[in-house]
Amino acid sequence: MTAAAEGAPAFGMTRARRNALLQSESVQGFALISPTFLYALILLVLPILVVIAHSFWTQNYLTIDRTFTLENYRAALTEPIYRDLLWRSLYISLMVSFFTVVLAYPIAYFISFHGGRHKSLWLFLITIPFWTSYLLRVMSWKVILGYNGVLNSGLMGLGLIDEPSTALLYNSSAVIITLTHAWAAFAILPIFVSLEKVDRTLVEAATDLGDGPIRSFLRVTLPLSAPGIISAALIVMIPTVGDYVTPKLVGGKDGVMIANAIQAQFGKASNWPLGAALSVTTMLIVTLMAGATVVIIRAAQRLAR
Amino acid sequence: MPERPRSERPQLERPMIEIHNVTRSYGSFKALDDASLTIKEGEFFSLLGPSGCGKTTLLRMIAGFDNPTSGLISVDGQSMQGIPANRRPTNMVFQSYAIFPHLNVEQNVAYGLKRLKLAGSEEKRRVEEALAQVSLTGLGKRLATELSGGQRQRVALARALVMRPKVLLLDEPLSALDKKLREQMQVELRRLQQAVGITFVLVTHDQYEALAMSDRIAVMFGGRIAQVASPKEIYQRPVNRQVADFLGGMNFVKAEIVEENGASLVVDTLGFGRVKTDKPKAFVRNGGAATLGIRPERLRVLWDNATAKFEVAGKVVERHYFGEITHLIVEIPGLEKPLSVTETNDFGADDIPVGTSIRLAYDPDALVAMAD
Ligand SMILES: Nc1ncnc2c1ncn2[C@@H]1O[C@H](COP(=O)(O)OP(=O)(O)OP(=O)(O)O)[C@@H](O)[C@H]1O
Ligand SMILES: [Mg+2]
Repeated sequence: MTAAAEGAPAFGMTRARRNALLQSESVQGFALISPTFLYALILLVLPILVVIAHSFWTQNYLTIDRTFTLENYRAALTEPIYRDLLWRSLYISLMVSFFTVVLAYPIAYFISFHGGRHKSLWLFLITIPFWTSYLLRVMSWKVILGYNGVLNSGLMGLGLIDEPSTALLYNSSAVIITLTHAWAAFAILPIFVSLEKVDRTLVEAATDLGDGPIRSFLRVTLPLSAPGIISAALIVMIPTVGDYVTPKLVGGKDGVMIANAIQAQFGKASNWPLGAALSVTTMLIVTLMAGATVVIIRAAQRLAR
Repeated sequence: MPERPRSERPQLERPMIEIHNVTRSYGSFKALDDASLTIKEGEFFSLLGPSGCGKTTLLRMIAGFDNPTSGLISVDGQSMQGIPANRRPTNMVFQSYAIFPHLNVEQNVAYGLKRLKLAGSEEKRRVEEALAQVSLTGLGKRLATELSGGQRQRVALARALVMRPKVLLLDEPLSALDKKLREQMQVELRRLQQAVGITFVLVTHDQYEALAMSDRIAVMFGGRIAQVASPKEIYQRPVNRQVADFLGGMNFVKAEIVEENGASLVVDTLGFGRVKTDKPKAFVRNGGAATLGIRPERLRVLWDNATAKFEVAGKVVERHYFGEITHLIVEIPGLEKPLSVTETNDFGADDIPVGTSIRLAYDPDALVAMAD
């Protein structure tokens, strides 16, 4: 910026005026966000617009009929198969967010309150499983939950079951387990950050006013870390609704999710408009669900007072 | 109605807090070193000392947030060993106030009452009463973030008082306020303490605050308690130079002990001649040398031909103007250090030119002998 400001006077613009313009806060602000803004525009907004446009059109074998229609949305919302898939996806993502937060909270709490001088080391250790590819991690769950897998052999070795159980793999529970594990670290971080911000004297004040450790946690620490819980839940919930690799690998027939159907429409079934309508519907429902989560956690926080 | 002078107020003699040989070590460092102290019921007691002398450490051990490495603390005759902070009959006003940010003023004040499961109306009444005590009536619905520093401090006070503790612990409660508000709060806090009759233990590093508010003061240095006495005695009869210095300006004069008996001490000095003084309580003779002290405001300029029974003569070498008072630095023949004199400006002390020869009057009672 300084180089430009010190350069030769530009056409018809006095140096002083140009400097004033360059130094005005809004111009500087726009200059700072413009790369991100362009990036977001090209890679986020444009594709979404394309998808939305498609959702109102009709597939005619190899060509696309561009007359406006709501037929795709009718199919997406009323065909039992899509409705069931959508419900299952929402159910799975809710379960995954719930379990992830419930598992991540104690870990974040431990690091924040009892991590001593080694907090960053603990956080670092938590990221280690994520150095391997996501596919490898999903595959390892296949090894654990499979017919001849670690869990089945273990249970048989203990004499708890006589033959390998097929109930472990290829269903929605397998998807929930795998996704919960996959997202744990992403949930730990926001919760950790919000716990770090809880002023420790507030906990002391609660103790001073008569609260034991559990009460002071429920009345002070937990409500004050609600922002972290909300972000953790959203960070997990939003992408898991649309996950399609995990159900494909460990979900089997009973674990198929909406994203698998969308992928099929854009792929084998080759009905882009229906795929687009399913995507838009999913997006809208996820937005609603995320909003509802925020409202519910806030309300719970208010009740805890 | 003017307040009764402090000495006439009935003093309950029952001990409320007893501290027996308490030490708190961090590794080889002793934050508190063999401290013993008794605080009486209904007393306004201050722990005074410079930063890092262990005041907070002691207060937190009374509250139960920390435990002595050795020694015993008891409150109201009951040993506090093994009793967690939430079950002690003490409440604390934190230096940062520690107001719960997710609760409004009322909810903050009612926080500790919730556990007592009072009837709704009784809880409300006590909250209202506590808010009235600290002049916050009407602000109950405000959030902590919508309060000024002074108001937050009052919320912290109300939240602790509403619990009706036997002891209220205050860790530098006024240090975050500006000067004017601080002075106002000193008066209010003192008045409040007399109204509720609860034992207050105040931590402060401000000597004026301690002098103005307390029934008794413990002066601490480096983890040790140097002196425990009334404000007047601490100020007028400091036990050693360190205490004297911390409580405000003091002129120190080298003295030679001539005679020492039960209650008095006779010393020879240059400048002040032979003086007989009360012997300080904890006086420990250290050879033949001692120090004689006199506060700058106890030296008076003698005008024109006025005479006094006790006087010293000298020459003004410096003059500093402070509005209602003037500091004069006066060189006295024979003294290694010039004397500092504080004189009110109503007789024109601010007009005495540097270099003038003057005479200073003093009352021998104002002279205090100290261990070095
Ligand atoms: N957790 C700790 N570990 C090691 N040393 C500590 C710890 N807490 C306090 N200390 C030391 O103990 C000494 C007394 O601390 P304390 O907080 O009681 O001082 P203070 O008199 O309250 O001072 P201030 O007026 O600055 O608040 C200090 O030298 C401090 O460095
Ligand atoms: Mg302190």
